[in-house]
Amino acid sequence: MTDREAIDGNEAAARVAFRCSEVIAIYPITPASPMAEHCDAWAAAGRTNLWETVPEVIEMQSEAGAAGTLHGAATRGALATTFTASQGLLLMLPNMFKIAGELTPAVIHVAARSVATHALSIFGDHSDVMAARTTGWAMLASGSVQEAADFALVAHAATLESRVPFLHFFDGFRTSHEIATIQPPTDADIAALVDDDWIAAHRLRALDPDRPVLRGTAQNPDVFFQAREALNPFVDAVPTIVEGALARLGERTGRRYGLVEYVGAPDAERVVILMGSAIGAAREAVEALLADGEKVGVLQVRLYRPFPGAAIVAALPETVRAVAVLDRTKEPGAPGEPLRLDVVASLAEAASRAIRPMPRVVGGRYGLSSKEFTPAMVRAVLASLGSEEPRDGFTVGIVDDVTHTSLPVDPSFTTDRAATRAVFFGLGSDGTVGANKQTVKIVGQHTDGHAQGYFVYDSKKSGSMTVSHLRFDPAPIRSTYLVHDADFVACHQFGLLDRVDVLERAAPGATFLINSPYPPDSTWDHLPREVQEAILEKDLDVHVIDAHRVARDSGLAGQINIVMQVCCFALTDLLPLDVALEAVRASVRSAYGKRGGPVVDANLAAIDAAQGALARLPVPPSVTTDRRRRLPVGTDASEFVQRVTARILAGEGDLLPVSALPVDGTFPTGTARVEKRTLATEIPIWDPEICIDCARCALVCPHAAIRMKIHDPESTVAADADLPSKPFRSHDHPGLSLTIQVAPDDCTGCGVCVDVCPAKSKSEVKHKAIDMEPIAPHLERERARFDAFLRLDGVPDGLLDPASVKGAQAREPLFEFSGACAGCGETPYLKLLSQLFGDRALIANATGCSSIYGGNLPTTPWGTDAAGRGPAWSNSLFEDNAEFGLGMRIALDRQSATARRLVSELASHLGEDLTAALLAIDPTVPIDDAAVAAQRALVEELDVRLARLEGDGDEAVARRARTLMPLTGTLVRKNVWIVGGDGWAYDIGAGGLDHVLGSGRDVNVLVLDTEVYSNTGGQASKSTPRAAVAKFASAGKRNAKKDLGVEARRYGDVYIAQVAIGANDIQTVKAFSEAEAWPGPSLIIAYSTCIAHGIDMRTSMTHQRDAVRSGYWPLYRFHPGADEHTHPFHLDSKAPSIPLSTFLDAEGRYAMLGRTNPDDAETLRAAAQADVDERWRYYTQLAGIERTLPEPLPTDGAP
Amino acid sequence: MTDLSTTYLGLELASPLIASASPLTGRVDTLERLEDAGAAAVVLPSLFEEDVTDAALDRQRLFTQGTESFAEALTYLPEPGGEDELDRHLRLVADTKAALDLPVIASLNGTTRGGWTHYATALVDAGADALELNVYGIGANPGDTAASLEVELLRLVRTLREEVTVPLAVKISPYFTALSHFVAQVAEAGADGVVCFNRFYQPDFDLETLVVTPTLDLSTSAELRLPLRWIGLLHRRVSCSLALSTGVHTCEDAAKAVLAGADAVMTTSALLVHGPEYLGVLLRGLEQWLDEHEYESVAQARGSVSAESVADPASYERANYRQVLRNFTGA
Repeated sequence: MTDREAIDGNEAAARVAFRCSEVIAIYPITPASPMAEHCDAWAAAGRTNLWETVPEVIEMQSEAGAAGTLHGAATRGALATTFTASQGLLLMLPNMFKIAGELTPAVIHVAARSVATHALSIFGDHSDVMAARTTGWAMLASGSVQEAADFALVAHAATLESRVPFLHFFDGFRTSHEIATIQPPTDADIAALVDDDWIAAHRLRALDPDRPVLRGTAQNPDVFFQAREALNPFVDAVPTIVEGALARLGERTGRRYGLVEYVGAPDAERVVILMGSAIGAAREAVEALLADGEKVGVLQVRLYRPFPGAAIVAALPETVRAVAVLDRTKEPGAPGEPLRLDVVASLAEAASRAIRPMPRVVGGRYGLSSKEFTPAMVRAVLASLGSEEPRDGFTVGIVDDVTHTSLPVDPSFTTDRAATRAVFFGLGSDGTVGANKQTVKIVGQHTDGHAQGYFVYDSKKSGSMTVSHLRFDPAPIRSTYLVHDADFVACHQFGLLDRVDVLERAAPGATFLINSPYPPDSTWDHLPREVQEAILEKDLDVHVIDAHRVARDSGLAGQINIVMQVCCFALTDLLPLDVALEAVRASVRSAYGKRGGPVVDANLAAIDAAQGALARLPVPPSVTTDRRRRLPVGTDASEFVQRVTARILAGEGDLLPVSALPVDGTFPTGTARVEKRTLATEIPIWDPEICIDCARCALVCPHAAIRMKIHDPESTVAADADLPSKPFRSHDHPGLSLTIQVAPDDCTGCGVCVDVCPAKSKSEVKHKAIDMEPIAPHLERERARFDAFLRLDGVPDGLLDPASVKGAQAREPLFEFSGACAGCGETPYLKLLSQLFGDRALIANATGCSSIYGGNLPTTPWGTDAAGRGPAWSNSLFEDNAEFGLGMRIALDRQSATARRLVSELASHLGEDLTAALLAIDPTVPIDDAAVAAQRALVEELDVRLARLEGDGDEAVARRARTLMPLTGTLVRKNVWIVGGDGWAYDIGAGGLDHVLGSGRDVNVLVLDTEVYSNTGGQASKSTPRAAVAKFASAGKRNAKKDLGVEARRYGDVYIAQVAIGANDIQTVKAFSEAEAWPGPSLIIAYSTCIAHGIDMRTSMTHQRDAVRSGYWPLYRFHPGADEHTHPFHLDSKAPSIPLSTFLDAEGRYAMLGRTNPDDAETLRAAAQADVDERWRYYTQLAGIERTLPEPLPTDGAP
Repeated sequence: MTDLSTTYLGLELASPLIASASPLTGRVDTLERLEDAGAAAVVLPSLFEEDVTDAALDRQRLFTQGTESFAEALTYLPEPGGEDELDRHLRLVADTKAALDLPVIASLNGTTRGGWTHYATALVDAGADALELNVYGIGANPGDTAASLEVELLRLVRTLREEVTVPLAVKISPYFTALSHFVAQVAEAGADGVVCFNRFYQPDFDLETLVVTPTLDLSTSAELRLPLRWIGLLHRRVSCSLALSTGVHTCEDAAKAVLAGADAVMTTSALLVHGPEYLGVLLRGLEQWLDEHEYESVAQARGSVSAESVADPASYERANYRQVLRNFTGA
């Protein structure tokens, strides 16, 4: 069937939006980014809209900017749209009020997502769109991928006819990322719904100097109110206009929709009302209950604003006695959530006008942040409605043991009738998800049936597990929840059997496919006891294949996706096998053809080899092992970690009750260290005979999995554990030993440490001081050694200069084992920060990669030292991070000033000596470790004396003491680090950052500059250099990278450093120390390699050398505190010694344009070289400028 | 006026001077300048099978790393489109054929038997008038005998002879124990000509990093001697065309190549140093030399100083060595 396609909700909506638009203003935000990415790629490829012009797709600096551009374009009469979600929609609100108030046609497509509250969440609910319900925009809610396509079209048509702007939304991830077999609207469908006369009218209303008008006036109390009411007729007309569009769509396609849709018994007594994808589960539940004779129904609301109260009243059977309105949002303190209140109001009005009797209406919350919503939950709601006293204000899907709102759910109630249900467990790196997406598409293309794919991802960026949930059925699939009773389960990574209960979702008699490194006749003995038990208990039909071997032999090392896909088709009856294999071959040619013939050939070879390698596993009659699955955390973890974190790690987070979670989103740090993931297949092994003590391996390790300690050679800990060591080379500190140790369970095997190691064997240069070796023979020994290493006493922090590489690496990292990508270029900077200042740092972290690997549950890499001190970390938003950090600084300064005042006032009670010593502390002056220790000792003594004063008979003294007690810590210098990526610093947070840098306050800003929005998948920012290809710059970035350092330098009192740790580690460490020491604002711009650069991440650090050698990334420090007649701008790198092209050629992001548009690439590269040349000339001139009048040191803010 | 025309690989050429594979023959605009300067034919840069394979596999690895792993970033780069290395090379062949009126010789360096035949066919389909097989191989494996390597090479020539209809040249190295015998066998296997010689770039060491590094040193006229000797020895003793490559920097060098017996004279380094127009200088210089020395044609001069043509053929062999040493007086 040629008109059916398997696509996801984002693509379904984006296709229509692209065809209906002339101006598309975009900004990345999960889960809406793919809509913008599609449009950017289509425009770059020259695709046209319905009127045969290529839409202008323009990335803005924020969603606020996108909304402003949308407003301007629509004001000028263009057909304009944008895509967003969550915080992005909130940033658009001011413009949305304006656009609606001016009756300007426009459409925003929203992949609805949780708004950050106690925590950020990228997953789906309606808290964002509900925040927009007062803007005056019409709101259409899609409940499936098909509806996302159809209602996108209705939105674009209805906005033009009604002049009311439309917000079209569908559930983030559940719909935006679900792949389903649908019929996308054709061009003829679109043309049939969009009337050219409406477009012409829109154009004639455009702002035009040939027909000048004034819009956007300021009005006074005399007329504003009346003018606000003037648009009522237009809003009132919307429901009819939408109904008309739906009718035309139905006539053309046969897909008939109403503003609301009721499914259920015509004489129903109990009805659930809801919006969005939950309708899938609800319909299944209702249909099952109807079959059992229950009088129930479900009503889906599709047009939410203007609220179709009359349509709801009309659709609801008169027999209905009780209604439960389900809201996918929470509005604390409100009498009910929004949809519930709207329904109550409509029914009350109908009742008051005697149109129908008022039923009992209750409201409840479900599905926040993509929480599973199943037919069993719908049944629970309907059951509650049938009780004598239906619960109101309930929750369903969680266990609320605090305020007891939750309804009990019977999970045995299932309605999933799909002919084939399959679950696949894999790693992100093995291509499992990609293969399953292809399988869904193939089945959709080659049968008349329907297919659905939904994918669950890990919260880690490296070594992450994926779970694919696939359904196939001759009828349309409405099951908008995870597969539970799978008749096909595949485990694509043998190691997952030890970590995850992969057979929990297997139905009795299911087929179980294992990718096993062991032969079929010995695989059984390697299965954990729980897996053996489940196989026997459920009588599973088990098959094994060594997919890694097949892939490797075919030239596809690590990429087992094709092999496992072939096995899936071989073990199921989705398609005749010959048809399936030919379809897989065709999909390989289509998917990989652009990457080159050899890739296609290797995949085709794997297809041919896969079947022959598949074998049935002989299953013995009983279990044969006592070996059990690994515990998620060690038994020595804290009580909280055991009770909460371990459950989340085990995949049981859904089962945690409300009481288990912190009330305010505050969690303990230091939890990544308890999570042992054992991801690496190879780990670095140290050879002390070759090591030259450079410490680079420890410095650059993105995961803090290589450690260095300088210690007493006589240490019994080292001796007892047979810990290798070597004499530490030091003139100042002779007689010490050095040990380098890997944390084998925490290493990702990225190989960066080996790549940077400069020490080579004198007899065989391929042998370095550290070499990657297979983990298996080393694991137990290295585990024991790392355990001993942690107990080994290193030299005290003050002994070695912390501003040296060795000195820094001898300190304990308080940022360890992050889930960042293997080889991440950002994390070494954060680790360094934690080593140098972690025990006294407050960190304001902008949303982005660093907030995700830093703060995404279940664990955090931010840790504590032996004294319990460590970085205190928080993330506010993406756009406000500089201001958030400044707030911390100001608070600290005020608190410190208050503390000093109180100390002074209590001097006679505290003792003159202690008071004098405390008041002598100048928190603006940088101090070394010894001074910090001395200051802390003073404060400890102060705390002791205050405790005595707390009960002083003089109430004034006691009150002062109590006021001072929580502030004493502020008497010791603490620093504020404002951390974020280039998307924040160059774009969305640029205004705030500029203001904070201009504040003169003592904050340290660390920009982890990957030159793209890494966390959302590599979209261009203003840091993206010319000629680079990135998402949102598919045709190559046309203009040069913004020079953030030059902008900051204009303030004169900002310390600025541009660093690249892989190119010059000494300069980097020095810059961090100088930045912290500078009592005013500091800015470090840190070059951070990223997988979005298309480089081999093993060479992540050494690649930075070429960045510097080519002049692509000059290193410098601007030190405004320099004395008179000095040169504050220090150029730390040498003049470019290799052409820029040498550097660019090593990066996929630059090579791409050479393939797609060689001529353009040549032009842009020449311009990029000119950018480099010009910048170098400018910097050399800056370096020559002598300061004759030093900037005064900042005084503002000093306590 | 001396008649400069010659026949190489069965191709009728206006002169013996061919611009051999280099960056100058990798762009249509510089190829046009070479044609304007008087090149009789051009050899395009070699299509290396590993380049195509490695680039594709690298691309696959780089563009899939990190994908489909994390909900916020299911990919990190736009899907690569456009031409791959093979497409781009084939387009160069086609564009060159369309832009130039002279014979276009495509050069190929394969690593697998399937690769040799697949890419050879593709180059011919793209419009190449002839193929030059760049058989760059180092007999590094102690287990490989000279005979086995030669047999493998001859099998390759026979296979390609069956696969393609255009003329075939084989660019060989000088490192064959019995080079004359081998060239005769290459001709017998179906090659229309042999290019003497492939000039291997030798690796160097970086003493700071202890890394083996590639180097590129352009040839000098002094390097002419080796191919000159072998062209002189092979002339009239083998049945195929002979092209001299390496060390042709002056018109005198080119004249020597013709006198030794070369049907075609290839130059690369001189053009890289002086630019494409230098080919015209060489051409005019060769013509002038032949003219001044009253040769009627290149055909008349070709091989007139070959081993078969000189009074003392031993001067090409050991006698030459002995005489040089005898006359050497030191500094």
